[in-house]
Amino acid sequence: MAESRTQNAPASMYRSSEGLGLWEHRGKVAIVGVGVSPTARRWDGTPETSVGAWSILAMHRALEDAGVSPEEVDGLVMTRETATGSPWPEGDPIPEDFTRMFKPGVNPLDGITGLSSEWILNNMPELTNVDFTMYGPGCISRSLVVAAQAVGDGLTDTCLVMRGWHNLSGRYYVGQAGRAANITSGLTKWSNTWGTVACYPTAMWFDQYCRKYGKTHEMHAPFVVNSKRNGLLFPEGYWAQHRPEPLTVEDYLSARWIAKPANLYDNDIPICVSSAFLVTTPERARDMKQKPVYILNHTSTTTQSRSTIATLEEAEASTDSMGRKTYEGAGIGPSDLSFENMYDGFAEFHQFHIEGLRYAGIKRGEALDLYETDISIEGPNPVSPSGGNIGSGRTRFWCHVDSVQQLQGRAGARQISKPAEIGVTGTMTPMAVETLVLSSTPG
Amino acid sequence: MPKPSPAPDEVDKPFWDACNEGRLVIQNCKVCNRFQHPPQAACAECGSTENLEWSEVSGRGKIYGLGVMYDSPITSLTVDQPFNVAVIQLEEDPGINMLSHLPGTPVDDVPVGASVQVEFEATPETGQKVPEWRVVG
Repeated sequence: MAESRTQNAPASMYRSSEGLGLWEHRGKVAIVGVGVSPTARRWDGTPETSVGAWSILAMHRALEDAGVSPEEVDGLVMTRETATGSPWPEGDPIPEDFTRMFKPGVNPLDGITGLSSEWILNNMPELTNVDFTMYGPGCISRSLVVAAQAVGDGLTDTCLVMRGWHNLSGRYYVGQAGRAANITSGLTKWSNTWGTVACYPTAMWFDQYCRKYGKTHEMHAPFVVNSKRNGLLFPEGYWAQHRPEPLTVEDYLSARWIAKPANLYDNDIPICVSSAFLVTTPERARDMKQKPVYILNHTSTTTQSRSTIATLEEAEASTDSMGRKTYEGAGIGPSDLSFENMYDGFAEFHQFHIEGLRYAGIKRGEALDLYETDISIEGPNPVSPSGGNIGSGRTRFWCHVDSVQQLQGRAGARQISKPAEIGVTGTMTPMAVETLVLSSTPG
Repeated sequence: MPKPSPAPDEVDKPFWDACNEGRLVIQNCKVCNRFQHPPQAACAECGSTENLEWSEVSGRGKIYGLGVMYDSPITSLTVDQPFNVAVIQLEEDPGINMLSHLPGTPVDDVPVGASVQVEFEATPETGQKVPEWRVVG
């Protein structure tokens, strides 16, 4: 990527160690507005539905939701990447109608297969007072925790946080050229030589998990069925908008394998969509349209695997650390959670996160037992009320959107029956995850 | 199986050269006395670039875990689907692992925990040999 004036957040902005104590800005930062663009399975090539256009739309919707005018915004934290593996075909020209409609950023493909703060600000001239920009690389969760820290530190007080996703035609991750390649290079040589697909490490962990704790793939069905149900109650989501198809246990168990024991429904579907959040101080939030959702803590956990592929034991140790940090900085414990919205893309690692959190009192090896109880939004222990990536498509942000809406009491048909007071939300994998503890009160 | 050929780079070339000679070598930091794999430019523990050496290992290991590929993104391998992809832990250091198709072991009949022995398989495109593992005993 070409140089952008905006920098990735420094390591000091992430709460990545245990023993840090309460977050110094606990309850002093809030999320108020949320905006989500429409969804599509793949980009239709028109500028109006590009990831750039939809990211602008999502930010306008977040501002409108919060009741904030563009000139009040003084910060922008965003994720520059807009896919985990959908590259622009080499040599293909950039559509002329796109270059006519939008001003350039720092890369020719900004707005199509990537974004930069320059592209956003060049095409949102109404953001006249943004003087703080920063990237939370790779994931909206990083952008949100960076924005939380930035607002707490006083670097910005009315901050837009944004993440967009594009999806082009062709096979995800490898593209048509990569799929047919007979030579592998770079780090992927250690996996592509053996033909593994993206969900393989998770499938291998899940297989080990079942051996270790005496569980089965069938016991995973209630989680996926519940996630799909919750996704169909999420009007912003892909499945609810385009393919409102309920999933039964039988559907799940008869699905084709991708990397056994991970089947089609254990994988999420890549889509086009953008979301934005308005992060601010409680003082500023008083004048806004929506009830503030207070951030009690944020954490970051990145665990390097020792060798070619991370083991189950490494994934469990990593999520144990995540859980300890999450509670320590928020000053709460597992019994304080009204719900959890941890990541599920891929579905078979959700249980590592919630076991790390000891959600609903479970210990290691007990998540699939919890799945056999009432984990619905009506029940005592709602699991992934957002439906996550499984329920609404690959974004890594449904969990955050839903958590905010739950705590504001406006999750609609997804609103959990028990009082929504504190929730935990976070992405990505057990080995690399950021979490946020959100609350309806400042604590 | 018609695997894609790994392209050696400056850091890992000794590993791949050894494979072509029928030897399995692992990068080791002399100061930390610690194996690391895949190879890196520096020791992941102490950061040293000058104390890395290549140690030949026995080629014995155990099957740690597995998955079965039904939808590989690599075209040349799809003709053999479904196929095993096992994780092999080295006898000298179980913290070091490698992937394997487990030649000779049928899908859904993988003895997790069983002992395996390395062998070397030539890849079609360049002839580069790669480590593979076969169940023994």
